[in-house]
Amino acid sequence: MANWVLRGLRTGIRTTAYPQRAELAPGVSPGRPRGAPVTAAQECDALVARCPAGAIMRRENGVAIDYRNCIHCFRCDKAVAGSGVPWDAGYEWAAYPAETDAALRRLERAFGRSLHIRFVDAGACGACMSEARQINNPYYNMHRLGFFITPTPRNADILLVAGPVSDAMRLPLRKTYEAMPTPKRVVAIGVCAISGGVFGPSFASSGGVAGIIPVDVVVPGCPPPPLAILHALLLVAERKPPSSLTGPPPEQTDAAGRS
Amino acid sequence: MTVLEPLPDERALPAQIVDLCNSRWRGEIVARLDDGAGICRIESRPEQLPQLWEWLGRDIGYAFATLIVEESPGTGTLLLYVFYKDAPSPWVYVEVRLDLHARAVPSVSGLVNGPSADWHEREVEDLFGLTFEGHPRLGEFVLHEDWPDGVNPMRRSFDARQRFAPPEPNAKWQPPTIVVAPGSFAMPIGPVFSDFAESAHFLLETVGEDVIHTIPRFFYKYRGMEKIAEGQAVDRVLLLAERFSGTSAFAHAMGFCQAVEAILGIEVPPRARALRMAIAELERLRHHAGAITGICNSTALAVATSQTALIEEDLLRLSCEIARHRYLFGLVSPGGLSYDLSDELCRHLAEAVAGVAVRLGGLDQMLRYSSSFLDRLEEVGIISTEVAVSYGLVGPIARASGIKRDIRKLRPYAAYDAIDFSVPIEQEGDGYARLRVLFREAEQSASIIRQVLMSLPEGEISAGRAAWRAGGALAAVEAPLGAAFHWVRLHEDGTVARYRVTPPSFTNWHGFHLAAENFAFQDFPIILASFGLSNAECDR
Repeated sequence: MANWVLRGLRTGIRTTAYPQRAELAPGVSPGRPRGAPVTAAQECDALVARCPAGAIMRRENGVAIDYRNCIHCFRCDKAVAGSGVPWDAGYEWAAYPAETDAALRRLERAFGRSLHIRFVDAGACGACMSEARQINNPYYNMHRLGFFITPTPRNADILLVAGPVSDAMRLPLRKTYEAMPTPKRVVAIGVCAISGGVFGPSFASSGGVAGIIPVDVVVPGCPPPPLAILHALLLVAERKPPSSLTGPPPEQTDAAGRS
Repeated sequence: MTVLEPLPDERALPAQIVDLCNSRWRGEIVARLDDGAGICRIESRPEQLPQLWEWLGRDIGYAFATLIVEESPGTGTLLLYVFYKDAPSPWVYVEVRLDLHARAVPSVSGLVNGPSADWHEREVEDLFGLTFEGHPRLGEFVLHEDWPDGVNPMRRSFDARQRFAPPEPNAKWQPPTIVVAPGSFAMPIGPVFSDFAESAHFLLETVGEDVIHTIPRFFYKYRGMEKIAEGQAVDRVLLLAERFSGTSAFAHAMGFCQAVEAILGIEVPPRARALRMAIAELERLRHHAGAITGICNSTALAVATSQTALIEEDLLRLSCEIARHRYLFGLVSPGGLSYDLSDELCRHLAEAVAGVAVRLGGLDQMLRYSSSFLDRLEEVGIISTEVAVSYGLVGPIARASGIKRDIRKLRPYAAYDAIDFSVPIEQEGDGYARLRVLFREAEQSASIIRQVLMSLPEGEISAGRAAWRAGGALAAVEAPLGAAFHWVRLHEDGTVARYRVTPPSFTNWHGFHLAAENFAFQDFPIILASFGLSNAECDR
């Protein structure tokens, strides 16, 4: 007879201290590029051309990053490619979509800081879903923060959506959203759910969740690591401030805007 | 228990198969050997295809790999039926050419081993508008019923850049049912699930507690990736290749790179070949840890689920430390790897993997003595050897049903022929056999990583780029879920003309309904978890 209880006790507590303290363990996030001052116009153009996702934008004093498109391909990573822009570690990436007024998105106190979650896979490659599944593992353990998966949309407060919304998933996505009682919030996880990512808008997919249902919080990343998804849930519950969707070159950066 | 040997021992040597074919058909069907590539090409008229199919599958023991369709403007359509067998037997490409206006081919799905081509024929019918005469069930497969008839997205005349936007799916759609019995009803599951699960629809037909059979419906996640790839540069398509299935990203990206390398004649340096193996096995190890977590979770064995989930997360973090990305995106590139791994990282990888192997072994031992757990897995979701052969199943599922089929042994790539490893086989074909195969394979992966890192060659990490050249090539890799076939054809300017992937999930989902027959309702999640397939990979 295998003694699982003993085994569990011997393992001890592995859960991260986030959000009370930053998680510093190596490998929790792939990181992402940040804007950099580049003076030579030629160099700027080369960087813009190097990005296959159109995430590097030219600014007056350098290059900025549009996180709605960045897919961590490392082709602009100074440390990997020899030249390019510096990369940040970090994972607090969740943000409000640009057009949203944060005051309108405020949740009523009725939620009591505990939220129930429904997940819809709208054509994701599987990495976003795998990362979303990890927030339930002992390292991240979302239950301790008051987040739970619910088996029915009727009990759900938050809809997590991954993927560019393939045509066949438009109806199930809309029906799930409509089945949820108000107030409700939609979190789009991964660049596919934000901008279509590598699948783009195409003949077979919509190029993001916002074209189908209203989106309240987006989590950039390809895929966003589990801590970024936790950050999104904490953002919905207003227990963490939002990040920014663009990484401008340093001169313009305000400290709150970067993770 | 008798075991069918799907791949007979007598090996057809490259020259022999040509002689066999030419003498059998007395020149009516001509085979020729493309020696450099190890391919035997057989040209066939459409009406000869069924005979050839039976001869290859039944008489000389070839397994069907994939059906590739190439539409060339002005000349017609080429159907390429690809068959494989263990080396040194050559690949067999049966080429069927259709005239410009011919749109029909005889179906082979009713013949011996025909089920292995069944889904390929249905897919081609949907995406290319070709008809397979004699096929009992064409239509509404990849493209669901709201998609208009006569619009075939893979045809050259279809512009992928236009947002096609088919009409809204019909909200009143009801799946067809088969069972007619007093009190029978159908229980629909999906495409949205109560937990984190990929989109697919399963209709369980039941007369109460017992489920008679399951009708799955896939392709909710059809993103048209093969069409989107057309006309794009290799570097850009590589990003798509990594995203067929995010949890098997490295294997598929490597398959794509191998095909490109074969077209351009690039020789990958030894160090890159070795490191590709180490990383591919790291991916397999992490994937299998995730699959084992899924099985433990499906039986509600909470501590074991936590323990294996810890291992999965540790391996994700390890991947991120080694390759920057938790799912190993961005590491492989045509010619080798994008960047080298330092000695320090390699040492770290070897030590961490050894530790994980010990932990997994301990859990394996404990699970074997957890009778409540074994009760849920044994004799659940059985796939017989006969079914596995006939459906051409691949990967851990085939190996749990007694079929020794592993691309790393059959058609060694990278440097797998220089590595000592075994292919674990089980005979029962039930959930427990599949779990044991996952554990044994994880062990072997750890052993391969150790061997590779102990004798890692020095030198270049990438052969760099060769001049672009037009051509087509097929590459096969053993992805975590089984054999994946990547067919790539390039234009002269290095853009992709055609990309066709046959992922293991596509092959194996086809056999799923046979494992989900006559079972108790509460076993469904367990059967699903013990298959552990990816819909993203299947649907593309």
